[in-house]
Amino acid sequence: MAAIRGERLVFADLSFAVAQGDALLLVGPNGSGKSTLLRILAGLGRLADGRLLWDGQDALADRAAHAGRVAYLGHQDAIKPGLTARENFFRPEQANAGLAALDLAPFADLPARMLSAGQRRRLALARLAVGGAPIWLLDEPTLGLDQASVARLGDLLAQHRAGGGMVVAATHLPLPLPGAAELALA
Amino acid sequence: MSLRLLRRELLLAMRHGSDSLAALLFFVLTAALFPLAIGPAPEMLGRLAPGIIWVCALLAALLPLERLFAADFEDGTLDQLLLSGLPAPGIALMKAAAHWLVTGLPLLLAAAPVALMLRMPDEAIPVLLAGLLPGTMVLSLLGATGAAIVIGARRGGVLLPLLVLPLAAPVLIFGVSAVDAVTGDQSARPHLLLLAAFLLGALPLCPLAAGAALRGAVE
Repeated sequence: MAAIRGERLVFADLSFAVAQGDALLLVGPNGSGKSTLLRILAGLGRLADGRLLWDGQDALADRAAHAGRVAYLGHQDAIKPGLTARENFFRPEQANAGLAALDLAPFADLPARMLSAGQRRRLALARLAVGGAPIWLLDEPTLGLDQASVARLGDLLAQHRAGGGMVVAATHLPLPLPGAAELALA
Repeated sequence: MSLRLLRRELLLAMRHGSDSLAALLFFVLTAALFPLAIGPAPEMLGRLAPGIIWVCALLAALLPLERLFAADFEDGTLDQLLLSGLPAPGIALMKAAAHWLVTGLPLLLAAAPVALMLRMPDEAIPVLLAGLLPGTMVLSLLGATGAAIVIGARRGGVLLPLLVLPLAAPVLIFGVSAVDAVTGDQSARPHLLLLAAFLLGALPLCPLAAGAALRGAVE
């Protein structure tokens, strides 16, 4: 795979595979293309060259099907400050499970504007965790999280992988992902 | 999923009620300035009323458009919407529908009292509203397309009217001429049918264009 951002070649000749239950850590200095790669994997970014395969088939041929396979957490939390924590779930029936998974139940009916940055991050993670997508794409997931929440995230990641889920994460901080492969971007 | 998105948009609009109300108040206030500026003579006002109402409605409908996609783009919601399984044109259509329900419909409801205030002939008011109904829908569709295209542009708020107003000109022309036809004892039917035709054309085309613009914006 290769990606171009603006006029600049971000990375080229990149090739990797992630199997069921695997985790892949993207490491590299700022601007090395970690976020760009994650957006491409999510089907949001544009691939300058190469292919993205799922089960041997072109993953982006059916964009709606690919969207159902991935859950993406970017730099922004995509939290609407005017809605309550519960209302911020796209599928209301998942709200209770999600809020419980990241210890947010006490804030369920509070407007999201009252939440701290770390709590908003947890809310975004909660939404992703209950979405049921097999591939989690995480861009600096632990940004702003306290130690207890990082541990909870670790449990969720382990659960997800035990169920055959895949994780691709970009980070500068140590993530609770035992046995994860590393992909270094220069 | 699409109805869920629509409900969420309406809920957000309700929480930020002042934004929604601003367009309506802008419409009523600008229309109320005309009698002050050109004098209260009924025959003069009555003749100008359809044009005044249509132009004011057009400008008022533009007000909330700048934030239609910009807010979602900035906070990452647009990424999540595109990954929700709803095709990009579907997202654009729901956004346009939300814009119409929150801005177009209130404008339509306020147009009748404003028309009375401007001394428009009684028999012309139903035709004005019959024209505004498809007219405001077309404006929402065109507006959503324009808003999707200017996402991420540095001066999106300035660019948007430049993009949408020329496209909306035919709607304005036929909307006003429908009312003029009735006051001139002619049939308003052809004008209204042309407006409906515009709506039928915009209904598939605008979401397709806006959807492509949304995909381009996140890349």
